[in-house]
Amino acid sequence: MNIEWYIVLSSLLFAVGAMGILIRRSPVVILLCLELMLNAGNLALVAFSRMVDNQQGQVFAIVVMVVAACEVVVGLGLIVAIFRRRLPLDVDELRELRG
Amino acid sequence: MEAVLFFLAAIGALGGAIGVVAMRNPFYSVLALIVHLFSLAVLFLLLSAAFVAAAQVVVYAGAVMVLYVFVVAYIGGGEESAWEPIPGQQFIAPLLGVAIFVELAIAVLASSLLALGTDGPDVKAGFGDPAGIGYLLLEKFLLPFEASSILLLLAAVGAIVLASRRREGESA
Repeated sequence: MNIEWYIVLSSLLFAVGAMGILIRRSPVVILLCLELMLNAGNLALVAFSRMVDNQQGQVFAIVVMVVAACEVVVGLGLIVAIFRRRLPLDVDELRELRG
Repeated sequence: MEAVLFFLAAIGALGGAIGVVAMRNPFYSVLALIVHLFSLAVLFLLLSAAFVAAAQVVVYAGAVMVLYVFVVAYIGGGEESAWEPIPGQQFIAPLLGVAIFVELAIAVLASSLLALGTDGPDVKAGFGDPAGIGYLLLEKFLLPFEASSILLLLAAVGAIVLASRRREGESA
């Protein structure tokens, strides 16, 4: 398969993830859409690493996975903390920090 | 054969991604993301990235998704309220998503990377296997490897602090 197909698929997945972040208001689903965007980036990294015949891109993809796992853990911790305080789980109602 | 596998995995990945966005119930969104991650693992295998594909299945589709399922089960899979704080959000947001895709497509089409239109060079047999990746991680990228381990530890501690039950009388 042409590398171009993988890159086009990756940009399509990134666009879908970005669209999801803009549309949805539940913080859990927004975290899921962040995962979509990170994975689209991973796909592009691995495709380019195949294109230039260099494994370093794959190492980069693994580091991205680690960072994504950290982000998920902290994000879900925040969501659980919000839920415990009986605050609404809706990013448009949690607007205390908005200027 | 490779093309068939690619398109099957691409449809799975894209369908999973759209499912994540379109499902009203967060629980179904998580399940759609699992489909997406498995399809991406197939794509990684097609790109001869065996170790990344294995890590994707074990770490992502396994561990991270279990965490999501637990949290969604804990907070309850409530649907979003129909109340719309930003008028026209449901129409403008897809337009912006399409705009991002068009922008990225222009960037791909206008790129001067000549190898983009090829299948990529023939790689050696051990390309992307655990031995090669492990060698790179522990020899060339030892410092980022250790830094990511510290990051994981910090994230675990932070999650415990954030989600722990506070004692009575303690200020928030």
